[in-house]
Amino acid sequence: MLHGEELDRVGIDGWLEGYQRKELLRILTCGSVDDGKSTLIGRLLHDSAGVFEDQLKALKKDTTRFGTTGEEIDFALLMDGLQAEREQGITIDVAYRYFSTPRRKFIVADTPGHEQYTRNMATGASTSDLAIILIDARKGVLAQTRRHAFICSLLGIKHVVIAVNKMDLVEYSQEVFEAIRRECSEFLGRLSIPDVHFIPMSARRGENVVGRSETMPWYQGAPLLDYLETVHIAGDRNTIDLRLPVQLVLRPNLDFRGFAGTIASGVLRKGDEIVALPSGRRAFVKQVFVSGAEREEAGPGMAVTITLDREIDISRGDLIARPNNAPMLEHAVEAMVVWMNEAALEPGRQYLIQQCALQAPVAVTDLRYRIDVNSLKSESATQLGLNEIGRIRMECAKPIGADPYVRNRQTGAFILIDRMTNATVGAGMILDRTPAEQALDRERRSHDAGTNLSPHAGTVTPEQRAARVGQRPFTLWLTGLPRSGKSSLANALERTLFERGLQSVVLDGESLRKGLSSDLGFSERDRAEHVRRASELAKLLNDHGQAVIAAFVSPTAEQRERARSVVGAERFLELHCDASLEACEQRDSTGFYAKARAGEIANVTGVHTAYEPPTSPALRLDTVGASVEANVARILALLESRLLVG
Amino acid sequence: MTTLHLSHLEQLEAESIQIIREVVAQFEKPVMLFSIGKDSLAMLRLAEKAFAPGKLPFPLMHVNTTFKFKEMISFRDEFVKARGHTLIEWINQEGVKAGITPFNAGTQRYTHVMKTEALKQALSHYGFDAAFGGARRDEEKSRAKERVFSFRDRFHTWDPKNQRPELWNLYNGRVAKGESIRVFPLSNWTELDVWLYVYKEQIPVVPLYFAKPRPVVNRNGTWIMRDDDRMPLEPGEVPEMRSVRFRTLGCYPLTGAVDSQASNLREVLEEMLRSRTSERQGRVIDYDEAGSMEQKKKEGYF
Repeated sequence: MLHGEELDRVGIDGWLEGYQRKELLRILTCGSVDDGKSTLIGRLLHDSAGVFEDQLKALKKDTTRFGTTGEEIDFALLMDGLQAEREQGITIDVAYRYFSTPRRKFIVADTPGHEQYTRNMATGASTSDLAIILIDARKGVLAQTRRHAFICSLLGIKHVVIAVNKMDLVEYSQEVFEAIRRECSEFLGRLSIPDVHFIPMSARRGENVVGRSETMPWYQGAPLLDYLETVHIAGDRNTIDLRLPVQLVLRPNLDFRGFAGTIASGVLRKGDEIVALPSGRRAFVKQVFVSGAEREEAGPGMAVTITLDREIDISRGDLIARPNNAPMLEHAVEAMVVWMNEAALEPGRQYLIQQCALQAPVAVTDLRYRIDVNSLKSESATQLGLNEIGRIRMECAKPIGADPYVRNRQTGAFILIDRMTNATVGAGMILDRTPAEQALDRERRSHDAGTNLSPHAGTVTPEQRAARVGQRPFTLWLTGLPRSGKSSLANALERTLFERGLQSVVLDGESLRKGLSSDLGFSERDRAEHVRRASELAKLLNDHGQAVIAAFVSPTAEQRERARSVVGAERFLELHCDASLEACEQRDSTGFYAKARAGEIANVTGVHTAYEPPTSPALRLDTVGASVEANVARILALLESRLLVG
Repeated sequence: MTTLHLSHLEQLEAESIQIIREVVAQFEKPVMLFSIGKDSLAMLRLAEKAFAPGKLPFPLMHVNTTFKFKEMISFRDEFVKARGHTLIEWINQEGVKAGITPFNAGTQRYTHVMKTEALKQALSHYGFDAAFGGARRDEEKSRAKERVFSFRDRFHTWDPKNQRPELWNLYNGRVAKGESIRVFPLSNWTELDVWLYVYKEQIPVVPLYFAKPRPVVNRNGTWIMRDDDRMPLEPGEVPEMRSVRFRTLGCYPLTGAVDSQASNLREVLEEMLRSRTSERQGRVIDYDEAGSMEQKKKEGYF
């Protein structure tokens, strides 16, 4: 028993002290029953003392009745809740489990892996910090693995553990594990999950779950529980953008008028100036109560009540923000939705939206596309059925103060409610919008005085500029040998983005050298300086909401790393235009390589100096075998999967 | 910046407060079930915090089976008075008239009439559209899948197949006339969390949770306290004084005591941390069959 051992070590007072400081980690487990998922959770609960003796006794009784493990205790039976389901041997809903270790308390959302249960997985994912995706080592990566990773990414989970289970059944083979890791890395690169870990394990035997496995000496990493206890999640919180959705107005007596709600993000202090949306009225914070006690400040996740220095009109559903950092107020919203009801979503239908504390009628005006969760390709659709995911446009009767979901997991989320049955039929994540739609909305807004909330004080932030332009800025960094097709790809891409209503700027070596870098030559130092200028320019453009397509040989990994850090890793995508030197020389019609070979030009990459291909680009594009159109399509798919373009 | 960091207990507290406020915002006539146990007391403290510095915007209701421990009732009356809350007590008078007791009716029928039916009568009588309960998901397997907002039809029954998905912290509380919800603000708390909260917040609890010599008899391996002489003794059975405490509180004939010397909260916590059995073991009512809780819930039990 972990508690017992800990008690012996620190005594009851030490234990009580420690317990009060524990952090909470919410975990989602994805995989099918056959992957050994329930066994894994049962194992975590059992080995960390989350299972009591009487439960174990009941479990032993259940094992003989329903179990599939013979004499061994079937940990899976700990997990399956409702009796009828247990008899069918399947789990069909989200079940929550609890356990704790000396360091953390854990809440596990267990969701089924069957094809039709996207809905349940999205439900579990919506509140999780981390997801464990199980893979049966014998079966390798399946369509469901891609689907699970995609839903995790869509719902904004930042930490994923790929648990390669049943290693005992593949003789603990490192080759099997590495092959799975390679295959996963390929598609995970197309999603936006910043932190991914791979752990080989055998849940049934408890190897690399709680304790290290001695059967896999080749695995140098930590066992699962160690990782769960230490993964850093505090940085996932948004402490920048103050958003306080008003849940209730408390008026216990004539002298007190408090606004109660849970801080979605940001920090609120006594004396701060705030703005209430949609009214746009401002006031200063007089008092802050956190869980009923008066405090100086409050942060994300805290249940607060605040009072203000003056009477302004605020009611349930309103949003409190800062005057120089307020979300866009929109009547029209673009969003990804997961459909959760048998009655399909159809454009033209009306629902109720619930976003933060706001409930209002909305009409779905467009179904832009549906995503095939297995291939991650978008396809046109006339309706969205149960467990399907798609992108919609909605118009709301009231303006919604919302942030893009990628920026704010609270204000960017909503549910849709059927007005007849009151059922929750859809879950949505708000996206950034295209300029055309924004223009349309602005037009409407000009008729609607008081909702135009352009900042009055403070500098304009990159986020605000991006919001004004209506696109999420990014830099596509195309690297490759001279004549590998970078510039033609860049130009074709710009054209495609332009046609989709997105603005982008192409930066390439040739044009920059005519102006900005005209003082530079081709020495190693000058080349590095050239790349530096290009990166700074890309950053500047991104900060102004423009997308950048940068086409530079940038031959060394170091130069490209520097570019990444200048631009910012979160908006930098490295694309490798992969063409052999031979192919580049062959397609060269300008005589560039011929002159280099003849010694007329010095310092030519590929000929005189080496080109270091990227080891893990966001995409490796075959610019010899594949057409420009095909490569543009791949880049678009990448941008879509990262929700950079819609 | 340390004041901006939430420990797990503070996070659970904040989430529960959000749930309680959401119910008050979305429903017309909520009520908080008050069973006098530690979970109820923790839930009540959360509600007080949710509306501080104001008072609770809803009453408390105790469904009394008439077989509760005497100490529970005296604690209840003093506590509620001291805190200035409004309490409704409901007893199923039909059950009382029919003379139903745990001894003559059998556990299942007694529970059904005096708890489940009584609760439904009370909710219908007052027209409450939302009732807070202190149940937790870690209590029992079928609870693990329970929603925070648990929907009941006009007959107060629960259909496990027809519950709404709950995403993020968005709770859809829309109901048709006559329909209601049961709300579980402590869904994500464990027994240990509740005790820790009681400890941290210094919430007074019924002294039955602490060990003291009490008159008990052994029935089927469980120590039952003879709280009054309505409980018939078996031939030759003589109550003995043992130092016992209760891990859960309910109807005294259905609540098992455990041998213990832990006479204060710190000692109870230490004993519990070293314990190897879960708390529901002391409850006679859902010990009989793996799916029994699910069956009771379908009939309208909490």
